[in-house]
Amino acid sequence: MIRFENVTKVYDQTTRPALDSVTLEIDRGEFAFLVGASGSGKSTFLRLVLKEDRATSGTVYVAGQNVANISSWRVPRLRRGIGVVFQDFRLLPQKNVFANVAFAMQVIGKSRSVIRDTVPEVLKTVGLEGKEKRMPHELSGGEQQRVAIARAVVNRPGILLADEPTGNLDPTTSMGIMGVLDKINQNGTTVVMATHDDDIVNEMRKRVVELKNGVVIRDEARALYTSMIPIVGQSRRLRDASGREEAGGGFPAPDDPRNVSPERHTSNRSGEGRL
Amino acid sequence: MRLQFILGEIGSGLRRNMSMVVSVILVTFVSLTFVGAAGMLQLQINQMKGYWYDKVQVAVFLCGEGSTAAGCASGSATPEQQDNLRTLLESPAVSQYINDFQFESKDDAYKHFKEQFSNSPIVDSVTPDQLPASFRINMKDPEKYQIISETFSSQPGVETVIDQRQVLERLFSVMNAASLVAVSIAGVMTVCAILLIATTIRLSAFSRRRETGIMRLVGASKTVIQLPFILEGVIAAVIGAALASGTLWAVAHFFLGEYMSKQYPDTAFISPAQTLLLAPALIGLGVVLAGTSSLLTLRRYLRV
Repeated sequence: MIRFENVTKVYDQTTRPALDSVTLEIDRGEFAFLVGASGSGKSTFLRLVLKEDRATSGTVYVAGQNVANISSWRVPRLRRGIGVVFQDFRLLPQKNVFANVAFAMQVIGKSRSVIRDTVPEVLKTVGLEGKEKRMPHELSGGEQQRVAIARAVVNRPGILLADEPTGNLDPTTSMGIMGVLDKINQNGTTVVMATHDDDIVNEMRKRVVELKNGVVIRDEARALYTSMIPIVGQSRRLRDASGREEAGGGFPAPDDPRNVSPERHTSNRSGEGRL
Repeated sequence: MRLQFILGEIGSGLRRNMSMVVSVILVTFVSLTFVGAAGMLQLQINQMKGYWYDKVQVAVFLCGEGSTAAGCASGSATPEQQDNLRTLLESPAVSQYINDFQFESKDDAYKHFKEQFSNSPIVDSVTPDQLPASFRINMKDPEKYQIISETFSSQPGVETVIDQRQVLERLFSVMNAASLVAVSIAGVMTVCAILLIATTIRLSAFSRRRETGIMRLVGASKTVIQLPFILEGVIAAVIGAALASGTLWAVAHFFLGEYMSKQYPDTAFISPAQTLLLAPALIGLGVVLAGTSSLLTLRRYLRV
Protein backbone atom coordinates (compact mmCIF):
# COMPACT_ATOMS: atom_id res chain seq x y z
CA MET A 1 0.00 0.00 0.00
CA ILE A 2 2.86 2.35 0.89
CA ARG A 3 6.31 1.70 -0.52
CA PHE A 4 9.42 3.81 -0.01
CA GLU A 5 12.42 3.08 -2.23
CA ASN A 6 15.68 4.71 -1.11
CA VAL A 7 13.78 7.83 -0.15
CA THR A 8 15.87 10.75 1.04
CA LYS A 9 14.41 14.05 2.15
CA VAL A 10 16.66 17.04 2.75
CA TYR A 11 15.00 20.17 4.08
CA ASP A 12 18.14 22.20 4.41
CA GLN A 13 21.42 21.41 2.70
CA THR A 14 23.46 22.36 5.77
CA THR A 15 21.88 19.85 8.14
CA ARG A 16 21.53 16.10 7.94
CA PRO A 17 18.64 14.69 5.89
CA ALA A 18 15.28 14.21 7.64
CA LEU A 19 14.99 10.83 5.91
CA ASP A 20 18.09 9.10 4.69
CA SER A 21 17.66 6.50 2.00
CA VAL A 22 14.65 4.83 3.60
CA THR A 23 13.34 1.67 2.00
CA LEU A 24 10.14 0.36 3.53
CA GLU A 25 6.98 -1.37 2.47
CA ILE A 26 3.67 -1.39 4.32
CA ASP A 27 1.16 -3.83 2.91
CA ARG A 28 -2.54 -3.43 2.39
CA GLY A 29 -4.45 -3.97 5.62
CA GLU A 30 -1.38 -3.80 7.80
CA PHE A 31 -1.11 -1.97 11.13
CA ALA A 32 2.31 -0.42 11.63
CA PHE A 33 3.76 1.75 14.38
CA LEU A 34 6.33 4.33 13.47
CA VAL A 35 8.45 4.99 16.53
CA GLY A 36 11.48 7.12 17.22
CA ALA A 37 12.54 10.29 18.99
CA SER A 38 11.46 13.72 17.86
CA GLY A 39 13.31 14.62 14.70
CA SER A 40 13.80 11.01 13.73
CA GLY A 41 11.77 11.50 10.54
CA LYS A 42 8.32 10.16 11.47
CA SER A 43 6.44 13.28 10.44
CA THR A 44 8.49 13.62 7.28
CA PHE A 45 7.51 10.07 6.40
CA LEU A 46 3.82 10.93 6.77
CA ARG A 47 4.20 14.18 4.83
CA LEU A 48 5.79 12.35 1.93
CA VAL A 49 2.93 9.85 1.82
CA LEU A 50 0.47 12.76 1.58
CA LYS A 51 2.59 14.52 -1.03
CA GLU A 52 2.81 17.54 1.21
CA ASP A 53 6.49 17.48 0.36
CA ARG A 54 8.55 16.02 -2.43
CA ALA A 55 11.23 13.48 -1.77
CA THR A 56 14.70 14.81 -2.57
CA SER A 57 15.58 11.46 -4.10
CA GLY A 58 14.09 7.98 -4.26
CA THR A 59 10.51 7.02 -5.00
CA VAL A 60 7.36 6.97 -2.89
CA TYR A 61 4.53 4.69 -4.00
CA VAL A 62 1.08 5.07 -2.49
CA ALA A 63 -1.58 2.56 -3.56
CA GLY A 64 0.70 1.47 -6.38
CA GLN A 65 1.15 4.97 -7.70
CA ASN A 66 4.41 6.87 -7.80
CA VAL A 67 3.41 10.09 -6.04
CA ALA A 68 6.05 12.05 -7.94
CA ASN A 69 4.01 11.38 -11.08
CA ILE A 70 0.76 12.73 -9.63
CA SER A 71 0.10 16.16 -11.07
CA SER A 72 -0.80 18.87 -8.62
CA TRP A 73 -4.48 18.94 -9.63
CA ARG A 74 -4.73 15.20 -8.93
CA VAL A 75 -3.21 15.43 -5.46
CA PRO A 76 -6.68 15.94 -3.88
CA ARG A 77 -7.67 12.55 -5.29
CA LEU A 78 -4.61 10.98 -3.67
CA ARG A 79 -5.53 12.57 -0.36
CA ARG A 80 -9.11 11.32 -0.53
CA GLY A 81 -7.62 7.85 -0.31
CA ILE A 82 -5.76 8.73 2.89
CA GLY A 83 -7.26 9.68 6.24
CA VAL A 84 -5.19 11.66 8.72
CA VAL A 85 -5.49 12.04 12.50
CA PHE A 86 -3.43 14.41 14.62
CA GLN A 87 -2.40 14.82 18.21
CA ASP A 88 -4.38 18.09 18.48
CA PHE A 89 -7.61 16.70 16.91
CA ARG A 90 -8.11 19.73 14.63
CA LEU A 91 -11.87 19.90 14.86
CA LEU A 92 -13.82 22.94 13.72
CA PRO A 93 -14.89 24.56 17.01
CA GLN A 94 -18.05 26.20 15.70
CA LYS A 95 -19.44 23.00 14.16
CA ASN A 96 -21.04 20.16 16.08
CA VAL A 97 -19.90 16.54 15.91
CA PHE A 98 -22.11 15.64 12.97
CA ALA A 99 -21.11 18.76 11.00
CA ASN A 100 -17.42 18.18 11.67
CA VAL A 101 -17.61 14.70 10.18
CA ALA A 102 -19.99 15.78 7.40
CA PHE A 103 -17.55 18.57 6.45
CA ALA A 104 -15.12 16.00 5.06
CA MET A 105 -17.87 14.69 2.79
CA GLN A 106 -19.27 18.08 1.80
CA VAL A 107 -15.98 19.42 0.51
CA ILE A 108 -15.60 16.54 -1.89
CA GLY A 109 -19.16 16.97 -3.11
CA LYS A 110 -21.02 14.05 -1.54
CA SER A 111 -24.78 14.35 -1.72
CA ARG A 112 -26.78 15.23 1.36
CA SER A 113 -28.56 11.90 1.54
CA VAL A 114 -25.28 9.98 1.42
CA ILE A 115 -23.94 12.20 4.20
CA ARG A 116 -27.06 11.64 6.29
CA ASP A 117 -26.66 7.88 5.96
CA THR A 118 -22.90 7.59 6.34
CA VAL A 119 -22.05 9.94 9.20
CA PRO A 120 -24.13 8.22 11.94
CA GLU A 121 -22.73 4.90 10.82
CA VAL A 122 -19.15 6.10 11.15
CA LEU A 123 -19.88 7.78 14.48
CA LYS A 124 -21.15 4.43 15.70
CA THR A 125 -17.94 2.76 14.57
CA VAL A 126 -15.89 5.15 16.71
CA GLY A 127 -18.29 4.82 19.63
CA LEU A 128 -19.98 8.22 19.53
CA GLU A 129 -23.57 7.32 18.74
CA GLY A 130 -26.02 9.81 20.21
CA LYS A 131 -23.47 12.59 20.42
CA GLU A 132 -24.05 14.07 16.96
CA LYS A 133 -25.33 17.38 18.32
CA ARG A 134 -22.49 18.01 20.80
CA MET A 135 -20.02 20.79 20.17
CA PRO A 136 -16.30 19.93 20.31
CA HIS A 137 -15.75 21.89 23.56
CA GLU A 138 -18.42 19.78 25.23
CA LEU A 139 -16.46 16.59 24.56
CA SER A 140 -13.57 14.99 26.40
CA GLY A 141 -10.22 14.71 24.68
CA GLY A 142 -10.80 11.06 23.87
CA GLU A 143 -14.19 11.84 22.37
CA GLN A 144 -12.75 14.68 20.34
CA GLN A 145 -10.12 12.33 18.97
CA ARG A 146 -12.87 9.87 18.07
CA VAL A 147 -14.60 12.61 16.10
CA ALA A 148 -11.33 13.33 14.32
CA ILE A 149 -10.95 9.62 13.50
CA ALA A 150 -14.53 9.50 12.25
CA ARG A 151 -13.79 12.45 9.98
CA ALA A 152 -10.61 10.81 8.72
CA VAL A 153 -12.33 7.54 7.78
CA VAL A 154 -15.77 8.78 6.70
CA ASN A 155 -14.72 8.79 3.05
CA ARG A 156 -13.47 5.19 3.39
CA PRO A 157 -9.80 5.82 2.69
CA GLY A 158 -7.54 2.86 2.08
CA ILE A 159 -4.90 4.30 4.39
CA LEU A 160 -5.18 5.96 7.79
CA LEU A 161 -2.19 7.97 8.97
CA ALA A 162 -2.16 8.85 12.66
CA ASP A 163 0.42 11.32 13.94
CA GLU A 164 0.63 10.72 17.70
CA PRO A 165 -3.12 10.38 18.07
CA THR A 166 -2.81 9.56 21.79
CA GLY A 167 -0.24 12.24 22.56
CA ASN A 168 -2.74 14.42 24.46
CA LEU A 169 -4.67 11.60 26.13
CA ASP A 170 -4.35 9.64 29.37
CA PRO A 171 -3.43 5.92 29.17
CA THR A 172 -6.98 4.58 29.59
CA THR A 173 -8.44 6.90 26.96
CA SER A 174 -5.50 6.08 24.71
CA MET A 175 -6.33 2.40 24.87
CA GLY A 176 -9.90 3.23 23.84
CA ILE A 177 -8.61 5.14 20.84
CA MET A 178 -6.36 2.22 19.96
CA GLY A 179 -9.40 -0.01 20.05
CA VAL A 180 -11.07 2.25 17.50
CA LEU A 181 -8.00 2.28 15.26
CA ASP A 182 -7.76 -1.51 15.55
CA LYS A 183 -11.40 -1.86 14.56
CA ILE A 184 -10.81 0.36 11.51
CA ASN A 185 -7.79 -1.77 10.68
CA GLN A 186 -9.89 -4.92 10.99
CA ASN A 187 -12.22 -3.45 8.35
CA GLY A 188 -9.33 -3.47 5.89
CA THR A 189 -7.81 -0.02 6.25
CA THR A 190 -4.03 0.20 6.36
CA VAL A 191 -3.07 2.08 9.52
CA VAL A 192 0.27 3.80 10.04
CA MET A 193 0.65 5.38 13.43
CA ALA A 194 3.56 7.53 14.56
CA THR A 195 3.86 7.43 18.33
CA HIS A 196 5.97 7.90 21.41
CA ASP A 197 3.66 5.87 23.60
CA ASP A 198 5.54 2.72 24.63
CA ASP A 199 2.61 1.25 26.61
CA ILE A 200 0.39 1.28 23.58
CA VAL A 201 2.99 -0.25 21.30
CA ASN A 202 3.75 -2.94 23.83
CA GLU A 203 0.06 -3.66 24.33
CA MET A 204 -0.86 -3.85 20.64
CA ARG A 205 1.97 -6.12 19.51
CA LYS A 206 1.91 -4.91 15.92
CA ARG A 207 4.63 -4.24 13.42
CA VAL A 208 7.09 -1.62 14.69
CA VAL A 209 9.31 0.48 12.43
CA GLU A 210 11.85 2.44 14.39
CA LEU A 211 13.45 5.51 12.88
CA LYS A 212 16.49 7.25 14.16
CA ASN A 213 17.95 10.32 12.52
CA GLY A 214 16.14 9.54 9.32
CA VAL A 215 17.26 5.92 9.13
CA VAL A 216 15.18 2.80 9.73
CA ILE A 217 17.05 1.02 12.52
CA ARG A 218 14.45 -1.64 13.27
CA ASP A 219 11.51 -3.19 11.48
CA GLU A 220 9.90 -6.00 13.45
CA ALA A 221 6.56 -7.76 13.25
CA ARG A 222 4.53 -8.18 16.48
CA ALA A 223 7.16 -6.20 18.31
CA LEU A 224 7.58 -4.10 21.43
CA TYR A 225 8.46 -0.43 21.71
CA THR A 226 12.07 -1.34 22.49
CA SER A 227 13.61 -4.35 20.91
CA MET A 228 14.56 -7.36 22.99
CA ILE A 229 16.95 -8.56 20.34
CA PRO A 230 20.25 -6.78 19.82
CA ILE A 231 20.28 -5.17 16.43
CA VAL A 232 23.03 -6.96 14.60
CA GLY A 233 22.36 -6.60 10.93
CA GLN A 234 21.82 -2.88 11.06
CA SER A 235 24.49 -1.87 13.51
CA ARG A 236 26.72 -0.55 10.75
CA ARG A 237 24.03 1.76 9.45
CA LEU A 238 23.26 2.86 12.95
CA ARG A 239 26.91 3.76 13.52
CA ASP A 240 26.88 5.70 10.27
CA ALA A 241 23.85 7.62 11.34
CA SER A 242 25.34 8.47 14.72
CA GLY A 243 28.54 9.63 13.15
CA ARG A 244 26.66 11.90 10.77
CA GLU A 245 24.78 13.36 13.66
CA GLU A 246 27.94 14.36 15.49
CA ALA A 247 29.27 15.98 12.36
CA GLY A 248 26.05 17.89 11.82
CA GLY A 249 25.95 19.21 15.38
CA GLY A 250 23.03 20.97 17.04
CA PHE A 251 21.08 17.75 17.64
CA PRO A 252 20.48 16.01 20.92
CA ALA A 253 23.14 13.53 21.83
CA PRO A 254 22.44 10.13 20.30
CA ASP A 255 20.82 7.85 22.80
CA ASP A 256 21.13 4.15 22.73
CA PRO A 257 18.10 2.76 20.92
CA ARG A 258 17.90 -0.16 23.34
CA ASN A 259 17.74 2.01 26.40
CA VAL A 260 15.33 4.82 25.80
CA SER A 261 11.86 3.90 26.90
CA PRO A 262 11.17 6.08 29.98
CA GLU A 263 12.18 9.46 28.64
CA ARG A 264 10.85 8.95 25.14
CA HIS A 265 7.19 9.56 25.55
CA THR A 266 7.82 12.70 27.55
CA SER A 267 9.76 14.18 24.66
CA ASN A 268 8.77 17.55 23.31
CA ARG A 269 5.57 17.90 21.34
CA SER A 270 6.22 21.29 19.89
CA GLY A 271 7.74 20.02 16.68
CA GLU A 272 5.44 17.05 16.43
CA GLY A 273 1.86 16.79 15.42
CA ARG A 274 2.38 19.29 12.64
CA LEU A 275 1.94 17.65 9.35
CA MET B 1 -24.52 19.98 -2.72
CA ARG B 2 -21.12 21.33 -3.48
CA LEU B 3 -22.60 24.59 -4.74
CA GLN B 4 -24.61 24.94 -1.57
CA PHE B 5 -21.50 24.21 0.46
CA ILE B 6 -19.50 26.85 -1.40
CA LEU B 7 -22.30 29.38 -0.93
CA GLY B 8 -22.34 28.61 2.78
CA GLU B 9 -18.59 29.14 2.99
CA ILE B 10 -18.93 32.47 1.18
CA GLY B 11 -21.65 33.54 3.59
CA SER B 12 -19.60 32.70 6.66
CA GLY B 13 -16.54 34.40 5.16
CA LEU B 14 -18.46 37.59 4.45
CA ARG B 15 -19.91 37.59 7.96
CA ARG B 16 -16.59 37.05 9.65
CA ASN B 17 -14.87 39.79 7.68
CA MET B 18 -17.72 42.27 7.69
CA SER B 19 -15.72 45.44 8.24
CA MET B 20 -13.15 44.55 5.60
CA VAL B 21 -15.87 43.61 3.15
CA VAL B 22 -17.58 46.95 3.72
CA SER B 23 -14.33 48.78 3.08
CA VAL B 24 -13.79 46.82 -0.12
CA ILE B 25 -17.31 47.74 -1.22
CA LEU B 26 -16.70 51.42 -0.49
CA VAL B 27 -13.32 51.59 -2.16
CA THR B 28 -14.53 49.86 -5.32
CA PHE B 29 -17.61 52.08 -5.20
CA VAL B 30 -15.55 55.29 -5.11
CA SER B 31 -12.97 54.18 -7.66
CA LEU B 32 -15.55 52.88 -10.11
CA THR B 33 -17.63 56.04 -9.65
CA PHE B 34 -14.65 58.02 -10.89
CA VAL B 35 -14.13 55.61 -13.78
CA GLY B 36 -17.81 55.99 -14.58
CA ALA B 37 -17.67 59.77 -14.28
CA ALA B 38 -14.89 59.84 -16.85
CA GLY B 39 -17.00 57.61 -19.06
CA MET B 40 -20.01 59.88 -18.58
CA LEU B 41 -18.00 62.96 -19.54
CA GLN B 42 -16.87 61.23 -22.71
CA LEU B 43 -20.45 60.25 -23.50
CA GLN B 44 -21.50 63.84 -22.92
CA ILE B 45 -18.74 65.14 -25.19
CA ASN B 46 -19.76 62.74 -27.93
CA GLN B 47 -23.38 63.67 -27.48
CA MET B 48 -22.63 67.38 -27.73
CA LYS B 49 -20.34 66.86 -30.69
CA GLY B 50 -23.05 64.96 -32.50
CA TYR B 51 -25.62 67.54 -31.60
CA TRP B 52 -23.60 70.66 -32.30
CA TYR B 53 -21.46 69.59 -35.21
CA ASP B 54 -24.64 69.16 -37.27
CA LYS B 55 -25.79 72.65 -36.40
CA VAL B 56 -22.54 74.44 -36.17
CA GLN B 57 -21.72 76.36 -39.24
CA VAL B 58 -19.15 78.65 -40.68
CA ALA B 59 -20.67 82.10 -40.60
CA VAL B 60 -19.64 84.71 -43.13
CA PHE B 61 -20.73 88.03 -41.65
CA LEU B 62 -21.37 90.87 -44.05
CA CYS B 63 -20.43 94.44 -43.34
CA GLY B 64 -22.96 96.41 -41.34
CA GLU B 65 -23.42 100.11 -40.62
CA GLY B 66 -20.58 100.62 -38.19
CA SER B 67 -18.16 97.92 -39.40
CA THR B 68 -14.52 98.84 -39.15
CA ALA B 69 -12.96 95.82 -40.89
CA ALA B 70 -10.70 96.34 -43.92
CA GLY B 71 -13.22 94.92 -46.39
CA CYS B 72 -15.92 97.28 -45.16
CA ALA B 73 -14.43 100.56 -46.32
CA SER B 74 -17.52 101.29 -48.42
CA GLY B 75 -19.89 100.89 -45.48
CA SER B 76 -22.70 98.41 -45.39
CA ALA B 77 -22.56 95.49 -47.85
CA THR B 78 -24.40 96.27 -51.07
CA PRO B 79 -26.82 93.84 -52.78
CA GLU B 80 -24.20 93.39 -55.60
CA GLN B 81 -21.64 92.28 -53.08
CA GLN B 82 -24.19 89.87 -51.66
CA ASP B 83 -24.85 88.45 -55.12
CA ASN B 84 -21.13 88.09 -55.77
CA LEU B 85 -20.73 86.11 -52.57
CA ARG B 86 -23.70 83.91 -53.45
CA THR B 87 -22.21 83.21 -56.89
CA LEU B 88 -18.89 82.41 -55.29
CA LEU B 89 -20.58 79.97 -52.90
CA GLU B 90 -22.28 78.25 -55.81
CA SER B 91 -19.11 78.06 -57.89
CA PRO B 92 -17.62 74.53 -58.10
CA ALA B 93 -14.38 75.67 -56.41
CA VAL B 94 -16.27 76.29 -53.18
CA SER B 95 -19.45 74.23 -53.49
CA GLN B 96 -17.47 70.97 -53.41
CA TYR B 97 -16.69 71.64 -49.74
CA ILE B 98 -20.15 72.61 -48.55
CA ASN B 99 -23.45 70.88 -48.09
CA ASP B 100 -25.64 73.92 -48.29
CA PHE B 101 -25.87 77.49 -47.14
CA GLN B 102 -28.52 79.93 -46.07
CA PHE B 103 -28.63 83.65 -46.18
CA GLU B 104 -29.59 85.20 -42.87
CA SER B 105 -30.84 88.72 -43.40
CA LYS B 106 -30.70 91.43 -40.76
CA ASP B 107 -34.35 90.76 -39.96
CA ASP B 108 -33.74 86.98 -39.58
CA ALA B 109 -30.79 87.74 -37.35
CA TYR B 110 -32.95 90.04 -35.25
CA LYS B 111 -35.59 87.32 -34.93
CA HIS B 112 -33.02 84.70 -33.80
CA PHE B 113 -31.45 87.17 -31.44
CA LYS B 114 -34.80 87.88 -29.84
CA GLU B 115 -35.44 84.16 -29.39
CA GLN B 116 -32.05 83.51 -27.88
CA PHE B 117 -32.06 86.38 -25.42
CA SER B 118 -35.77 86.46 -24.72
CA ASN B 119 -35.17 86.78 -20.97
CA SER B 120 -32.69 89.57 -21.27
CA PRO B 121 -33.47 93.31 -21.36
CA ILE B 122 -30.81 93.73 -24.03
CA VAL B 123 -33.39 92.73 -26.67
CA ASP B 124 -35.20 96.02 -26.27
CA SER B 125 -32.13 98.12 -27.08
CA VAL B 126 -31.28 96.23 -30.27
CA THR B 127 -32.63 97.09 -33.69
CA PRO B 128 -32.38 94.96 -36.84
CA ASP B 129 -29.95 97.45 -38.30
CA GLN B 130 -27.37 96.78 -35.64
CA LEU B 131 -27.17 93.08 -36.47
CA PRO B 132 -25.09 91.94 -39.43
CA ALA B 133 -26.52 89.84 -42.23
CA SER B 134 -24.62 86.60 -42.82
CA PHE B 135 -24.23 83.49 -44.96
CA ARG B 136 -24.52 80.36 -42.82
CA ILE B 137 -22.53 77.58 -44.45
CA ASN B 138 -22.82 73.89 -43.61
CA MET B 139 -19.50 72.26 -44.32
CA LYS B 140 -19.17 68.78 -45.73
CA ASP B 141 -16.03 68.38 -43.68
CA PRO B 142 -15.76 70.84 -40.80
CA GLU B 143 -11.98 70.44 -40.90
CA LYS B 144 -11.87 72.32 -44.24
CA TYR B 145 -12.84 75.53 -42.52
CA GLN B 146 -9.55 77.15 -43.51
CA ILE B 147 -10.44 77.08 -47.23
CA ILE B 148 -13.69 78.96 -46.72
CA SER B 149 -12.02 81.40 -44.41
CA GLU B 150 -9.28 82.20 -46.91
CA THR B 151 -11.69 82.51 -49.83
CA PHE B 152 -14.16 84.82 -48.15
CA SER B 153 -12.20 86.96 -45.71
CA SER B 154 -10.71 89.06 -48.50
CA GLN B 155 -13.97 89.50 -50.43
CA PRO B 156 -15.42 92.99 -50.45
CA GLY B 157 -18.44 93.37 -48.16
CA VAL B 158 -17.30 90.60 -45.79
CA GLU B 159 -16.56 91.67 -42.27
CA THR B 160 -15.38 88.44 -40.79
CA VAL B 161 -15.56 84.64 -41.13
CA ILE B 162 -16.18 82.67 -37.93
CA ASP B 163 -15.93 78.94 -37.38
CA GLN B 164 -18.40 78.25 -34.60
CA ARG B 165 -16.77 74.91 -34.03
CA GLN B 166 -13.76 76.58 -32.48
CA VAL B 167 -15.92 77.99 -29.72
CA LEU B 168 -17.12 74.48 -28.91
CA GLU B 169 -13.63 72.98 -29.13
CA ARG B 170 -12.62 75.07 -26.17
CA LEU B 171 -15.53 73.68 -24.14
CA PHE B 172 -14.71 70.14 -25.20
CA SER B 173 -11.07 70.48 -24.22
CA VAL B 174 -12.16 71.59 -20.76
CA MET B 175 -14.44 68.56 -20.51
CA ASN B 176 -11.67 66.29 -21.76
CA ALA B 177 -9.34 67.63 -19.10
CA ALA B 178 -12.00 66.98 -16.47
CA SER B 179 -12.44 63.40 -17.62
CA LEU B 180 -8.65 62.95 -17.52
CA VAL B 181 -8.62 64.13 -13.93
CA ALA B 182 -11.42 61.69 -13.15
CA VAL B 183 -9.47 58.86 -14.79
CA SER B 184 -6.33 59.62 -12.80
CA ILE B 185 -8.24 59.74 -9.52
CA ALA B 186 -9.88 56.48 -10.57
CA GLY B 187 -6.43 55.02 -11.23
CA VAL B 188 -5.20 55.81 -7.72
CA MET B 189 -8.41 54.54 -6.17
CA THR B 190 -8.19 51.36 -8.22
CA VAL B 191 -4.71 50.64 -6.87
CA CYS B 192 -6.22 51.18 -3.41
CA ALA B 193 -9.04 48.79 -4.22
CA ILE B 194 -6.68 46.08 -5.48
CA LEU B 195 -4.48 46.26 -2.39
CA LEU B 196 -7.47 46.31 -0.08
CA ILE B 197 -9.03 43.30 -1.76
CA ALA B 198 -5.71 41.47 -1.50
CA THR B 199 -5.52 42.27 2.23
CA THR B 200 -9.10 41.23 2.82
CA ILE B 201 -8.61 37.90 1.09
CA ARG B 202 -5.44 37.35 3.05
CA LEU B 203 -7.19 38.00 6.35
CA SER B 204 -10.05 35.79 5.31
CA ALA B 205 -7.70 32.97 4.36
CA PHE B 206 -5.87 33.38 7.64
CA SER B 207 -9.00 33.35 9.79
CA ARG B 208 -10.15 30.18 8.06
CA ARG B 209 -6.84 28.33 7.91
CA ARG B 210 -8.23 25.55 10.11
CA GLU B 211 -11.01 24.84 7.66
CA THR B 212 -8.79 25.06 4.62
CA GLY B 213 -6.21 22.82 6.28
CA ILE B 214 -8.85 20.17 6.90
CA MET B 215 -10.26 20.60 3.40
CA ARG B 216 -6.82 20.01 1.99
CA LEU B 217 -6.33 16.86 4.05
CA VAL B 218 -9.63 15.28 3.13
CA GLY B 219 -8.88 15.92 -0.52
CA ALA B 220 -11.00 18.90 -1.44
CA SER B 221 -10.11 20.19 -4.88
CA LYS B 222 -8.36 23.49 -5.38
CA THR B 223 -11.55 24.98 -6.77
CA VAL B 224 -13.64 24.09 -3.74
CA ILE B 225 -11.02 25.55 -1.41
CA GLN B 226 -10.25 28.73 -3.33
CA LEU B 227 -13.56 29.61 -4.94
CA PRO B 228 -15.24 30.90 -1.76
CA PHE B 229 -12.39 33.36 -1.21
CA ILE B 230 -12.37 34.57 -4.79
CA LEU B 231 -16.15 34.92 -4.88
CA GLU B 232 -16.05 36.82 -1.60
CA GLY B 233 -13.87 39.49 -3.18
CA VAL B 234 -15.87 39.42 -6.40
CA ILE B 235 -19.18 39.81 -4.59
CA ALA B 236 -17.88 42.79 -2.61
CA ALA B 237 -16.55 44.38 -5.79
CA VAL B 238 -19.80 43.77 -7.67
CA ILE B 239 -21.77 45.45 -4.88
CA GLY B 240 -19.36 48.39 -5.09
CA ALA B 241 -19.77 48.52 -8.88
CA ALA B 242 -23.56 48.39 -8.58
CA LEU B 243 -23.47 51.28 -6.11
CA ALA B 244 -21.25 53.23 -8.51
CA SER B 245 -23.65 52.56 -11.40
CA GLY B 246 -26.56 53.68 -9.24
CA THR B 247 -24.74 56.87 -8.33
CA LEU B 248 -24.02 57.67 -11.96
CA TRP B 249 -27.64 57.02 -12.85
CA ALA B 250 -28.75 59.32 -10.05
CA VAL B 251 -26.39 62.05 -11.26
CA ALA B 252 -27.72 61.71 -14.80
CA HIS B 253 -31.32 61.62 -13.65
CA PHE B 254 -31.42 64.25 -10.91
CA PHE B 255 -28.54 66.58 -11.70
CA LEU B 256 -28.41 66.52 -15.49
CA GLY B 257 -32.01 65.58 -16.18
CA GLU B 258 -33.87 67.65 -13.62
CA TYR B 259 -31.54 70.54 -12.88
CA MET B 260 -29.06 71.17 -15.69
CA SER B 261 -31.47 70.56 -18.53
CA LYS B 262 -33.77 73.22 -17.09
CA GLN B 263 -30.91 75.66 -16.73
CA TYR B 264 -29.59 75.00 -20.22
CA PRO B 265 -32.60 73.85 -22.22
CA ASP B 266 -30.83 73.98 -25.59
CA THR B 267 -27.99 71.68 -24.52
CA ALA B 268 -28.35 67.97 -25.14
CA PHE B 269 -27.45 66.16 -21.94
CA ILE B 270 -26.96 62.41 -21.78
CA SER B 271 -29.99 60.51 -20.60
CA PRO B 272 -30.02 58.29 -17.48
CA ALA B 273 -30.53 55.31 -19.77
CA GLN B 274 -27.19 56.03 -21.43
CA THR B 275 -25.37 55.91 -18.10
CA LEU B 276 -26.83 52.48 -17.52
CA LEU B 277 -24.82 51.35 -20.54
CA LEU B 278 -21.76 52.05 -18.38
CA ALA B 279 -23.00 49.72 -15.63
CA PRO B 280 -21.99 46.40 -17.26
CA ALA B 281 -18.55 47.84 -17.98
CA LEU B 282 -18.14 48.96 -14.37
CA ILE B 283 -19.34 45.65 -12.97
CA GLY B 284 -17.08 43.78 -15.37
CA LEU B 285 -14.16 45.93 -14.30
CA GLY B 286 -14.98 45.25 -10.65
CA VAL B 287 -15.09 41.50 -11.25
CA VAL B 288 -11.77 41.54 -13.09
CA LEU B 289 -10.13 43.66 -10.38
CA ALA B 290 -11.33 41.50 -7.52
CA GLY B 291 -10.82 38.21 -9.35
CA THR B 292 -7.23 38.84 -10.36
CA SER B 293 -6.13 40.37 -7.08
CA SER B 294 -7.68 37.58 -5.02
CA LEU B 295 -6.23 34.89 -7.32
CA LEU B 296 -2.76 36.37 -6.97
CA THR B 297 -3.15 36.66 -3.20
CA LEU B 298 -4.39 33.10 -2.81
CA ARG B 299 -1.49 31.78 -4.81
CA ARG B 300 0.79 33.20 -2.12
CA TYR B 301 -1.22 32.71 1.04
CA LEU B 302 -3.38 29.66 0.52
CA ARG B 303 -1.30 26.67 -0.39
CA VAL B 304 -3.35 23.84 -1.81
